[in-house]
Amino acid sequence: MSQGERSVTLSVNGAPRTVSVTPSTTLLEMVRTKLELTGSKECCSEGECGACTVILDGEPVNSCLVLALEADGSSVTTIEGAGSGGMTRLQQSFLDAGAVQCGFCIPGMVMAATALLERVPRPTAGEVREGLSGNLCRCGGYARICEAVLEAAGTGGADV
Amino acid sequence: MSTFDYRRPQSLGEMTELLGRDDAVVLAGGTDLLVGIRRHKVRPALVVDVKSVAEIGNQIDAEKRRLRIGGRVVMSQLTGNEHVDSHFPALGVAASVVGSVQIRNRATLAGNLCNASPAADTAPALLAYAATVTTSGPDGSRTLPVKEFFVGPGSTVLRHGEIVTEVELPIPTEKVGSGFARVTRRKGVDLASVSLVCALESSGRARFGFGAVGPTPLAAETTLDELADDDGWDRLLSITSPISDVRAGADYRRAMLEVHSRRALRAAHDQLEAAR
Repeated sequence: MSQGERSVTLSVNGAPRTVSVTPSTTLLEMVRTKLELTGSKECCSEGECGACTVILDGEPVNSCLVLALEADGSSVTTIEGAGSGGMTRLQQSFLDAGAVQCGFCIPGMVMAATALLERVPRPTAGEVREGLSGNLCRCGGYARICEAVLEAAGTGGADV
Repeated sequence: MSTFDYRRPQSLGEMTELLGRDDAVVLAGGTDLLVGIRRHKVRPALVVDVKSVAEIGNQIDAEKRRLRIGGRVVMSQLTGNEHVDSHFPALGVAASVVGSVQIRNRATLAGNLCNASPAADTAPALLAYAATVTTSGPDGSRTLPVKEFFVGPGSTVLRHGEIVTEVELPIPTEKVGSGFARVTRRKGVDLASVSLVCALESSGRARFGFGAVGPTPLAAETTLDELADDDGWDRLLSITSPISDVRAGADYRRAMLEVHSRRALRAAHDQLEAAR
């Protein structure tokens, strides 16, 4: 451990990990640089865009606004842990719906949508839009992203 | 991000000692603090994470005559909470429109007050429902009305090392009607251009909380009789002093404030009538 570093022990995608970080290291920086899980993206760095969304103790959060040390003892799921060996139905729906353009926002979108479907298994289009309102897609692919989430939930075609 | 030390005290005493140091800041949800640090608006030497302090609650407890909201309670806990919904619906609505899902899972109610934004989303509801805050600091604990909490933009009565440990709302004995309005440029993830809450008692007493129309969130009390004519409305709204900024012009704010205040009163009144 180098000068000023502290150790964090947490569960990442189901596996126990111990990482040494400086106090100012964010959870996002830790997963990207220390754990080399680069699916979570850094974009606005102020909680507006959602590209860094991970699931922390069951709830979606902006990992750019969480210090790594705050996550000590927690359980974190990143996009790499979304499916256990293969894609989830939701991820397949994103592909099938053509919801992925440049792809930068997609890991965050998928994590936010995963959390939404945990909370509301059969959401309406309005609930999908609200659930993803913290995730920006600069390609403007919102229609197909919403479609993909509704399709995965089995509520596609209804109430759009 | 700039460098700082991080501590996570387990008790109020330990926390108070740490916060007494120079350049120490409180970290609760971090949704404003970490943005502030990154923009170099806040340059702490020490970040004190209060999420493990045993004496600061993370629950919403309904007692007979009061609802106690612990200092660590986050916005998403307030949405869909049965006690909030039945007694203080405008607070639930206000919490549900703060930022995004991700922000609401981290941002605390206490932090929203402590940041003292004139547009703080939950402030108008807390003002209209006559909430109090309990604080803890080097000089001990004190409880004061939210109305006396704000001093100016970003400034509160909190002294160095003092933090909010609980927010408390008096549960009304009779039905209270609530009206809520929030004017934004776009539907989601935006700060309010104007926000307000009206809480109307069956006696005709009406309490308003206003956001984004003055240097702090503002509170005013009046009666249905007073508001029967335009002069009453002028007197009520005279405490506000809207400014022009990136979100809205002063004239627009003033116009929206009056229209939505009238609608909120009507909505509150209709609720009371329906409950009769």
